[in-house]
Amino acid sequence: MTEDEIKAILFEEITTIAPDADPGSVAPDADLRDALDLDSMDMLNIIAALHGRLGVDIPEADAPQFFTVDGSVRYLARQLA
Amino acid sequence: MGLFKMPSLGSDMEDGTLVEWLVAEGQPMKRGDIIAVVETQKGAIEIEIFEAGTIGRLLLQEGETVPVGAPMAEIVGLDDEPVPAAAPPSASASAAPAQKAPRPGPVAPPAKPTPSPHAEGPSGRILASPAARRLATEKNVDLAGLKGSGPGGAIVSADVPGAAEAAPGPKGQPRQQARRGLDMGEMRKAIAAAMARSKREIPHYYLQHTIDLEAATSWLAAANAERAPTERLLLAALLLKASALALKQYPELNGHYIEGEYRPAKAVHLGVGIAIRGGGLIAPAIRDADTLSIDTLMAALRDATQRMRAGRVRSSELTDSTATVSSLGERGVEGLWGVIYPPQVALIGFGKAVLRPAVIEDRVEPRMQVQVSLAADHRASDGHRGALLLNAIDKLLQTPETL
Repeated sequence: MTEDEIKAILFEEITTIAPDADPGSVAPDADLRDALDLDSMDMLNIIAALHGRLGVDIPEADAPQFFTVDGSVRYLARQLA
Repeated sequence: MGLFKMPSLGSDMEDGTLVEWLVAEGQPMKRGDIIAVVETQKGAIEIEIFEAGTIGRLLLQEGETVPVGAPMAEIVGLDDEPVPAAAPPSASASAAPAQKAPRPGPVAPPAKPTPSPHAEGPSGRILASPAARRLATEKNVDLAGLKGSGPGGAIVSADVPGAAEAAPGPKGQPRQQARRGLDMGEMRKAIAAAMARSKREIPHYYLQHTIDLEAATSWLAAANAERAPTERLLLAALLLKASALALKQYPELNGHYIEGEYRPAKAVHLGVGIAIRGGGLIAPAIRDADTLSIDTLMAALRDATQRMRAGRVRSSELTDSTATVSSLGERGVEGLWGVIYPPQVALIGFGKAVLRPAVIEDRVEPRMQVQVSLAADHRASDGHRGALLLNAIDKLLQTPETL
C-alpha cells in the first residue's frame, strides 16, 4: 500500500468520526486534535477504525504518533510493510 | 388498554410534532424500544416506551403537532388480548408475497425480495411504520424485500430506497435527512433558557479539590496495554464511575429540586456533558452509572457520544439525569466551574489532567493531577456535605482497580 493510499484511508476514517472536518487542509506536521477539534474519544475511535480496517496492531503507547497526518501515515506504512 | 402520550422532555416543552412512527399497529414492544421520532425545541428526539405491550391504534398522523400529554397511540398490555393488526393478513399478502420460509436462501436477484430480512407481526404481516408503507407504495417498492432497522426489525421510512428525497415533512417543508439531527439554533435557545433559569433560581455554592491521578493513570495504562483499541478505556470512564459511586453515598447531591422541595433520587443516572462539534452541548443520562462495570460504562459513554454527535437522542436520556458530570478532557483547561442543570442540584466538573509538582512525603515530585469542582444547590445541601462528596471521589480514584 502506498503512502497516498494510506493517507486516503486515514482521511476517510477521520471524516467518518468528524463529518465536518477537512483533514486535507491540515498541515502534515500539525496536531490533528487542535486543527480538527478532535477529543480523546474521537482519537480512540479513529485508531480503532484504522486497526479494524488495516489489521494493524496499534498499542496504546503508540497512540501519540497519530496526532499528526505525517506521524500516522509513517506509522501505518511501517506496520504494513 | 393504555394510552401512549406526548411526553414532556423538559419543563420548557409545551408541544411536540410527530416526525415519524417507528412502529406499526399490532407490533409487540418491550420496555425501552423506540416508538417514534418527535420534533421538539431541542431537536428531533427518539421517544421510548416504558412498558412492554403491543401497539394498538396510532392516533396521530405524521406531521401533527400536539400538546404534551395528548394521546399518541393505544398500547395493549401484555395481559390484554392482542389487538388485530389494522389490515388483515390477506391485505398484505398481495403487497408482500409469501414470507413463509424464514431461512435465508442464496442471494436473490435484486428484483426479487430476499427472504425475511425484516420482522413480522404475530399475524405474519410485515412490520412497517405507516410512513414506510406510504413511501414504499409511492416508490413502488416491495416491503418484503427490505431490511428493517426500527425496533424489533420493523421497516421504517429510512429503510425504503429513495427515502432521502422523500415526501414533504411536517409543515409542508421538504423533509431533509438532517431532520433527525439536532437543530443548533434551537439547542442554543434551550441551553440559554435552562442556564438563565439556573442562575436566576439556584443559589449555587462552589467547591474545588485537587486529585492525584497517578494510581488511576498507571492502572489505565496497564489495562489499555493489553486491550484492542475498541476495548480501551478513557480516563473519563474512571472519573464518571467514581463520581457515580460518590453521588450514591450523598443523596442530598443526587436528585431534583421541584416545586420548592428537594427530592433525592433512588438511582444514580449520571448526565454526561458531551460537546457537539461546531458548538452546543448535550448531557444524556447514563442510567444506573454506579452499578455499571467500568467496561459497560465506557461502552455506554462511547455509544452516547456517537449518537449525540449523529443527532440521535433518546427521550429518557434528556429527562432522567439525577446529577451531571462535565469533563473538559485532554484538550481543555485545568478548571471548570459548572452551572447546575435544573431541576438537578449538583454538577461535578473535571478539568484536564496535567503533570504538576506535588509534595510527596518530603520530596517534590511530578504527578498527574486533576482539578475537580462541585457546583451545588444550597437549598438541598451545604458545603460540608459537598466537600465530603469531592473527598469520596478522590478516595475512589486512589483504588482504580475497584471501580
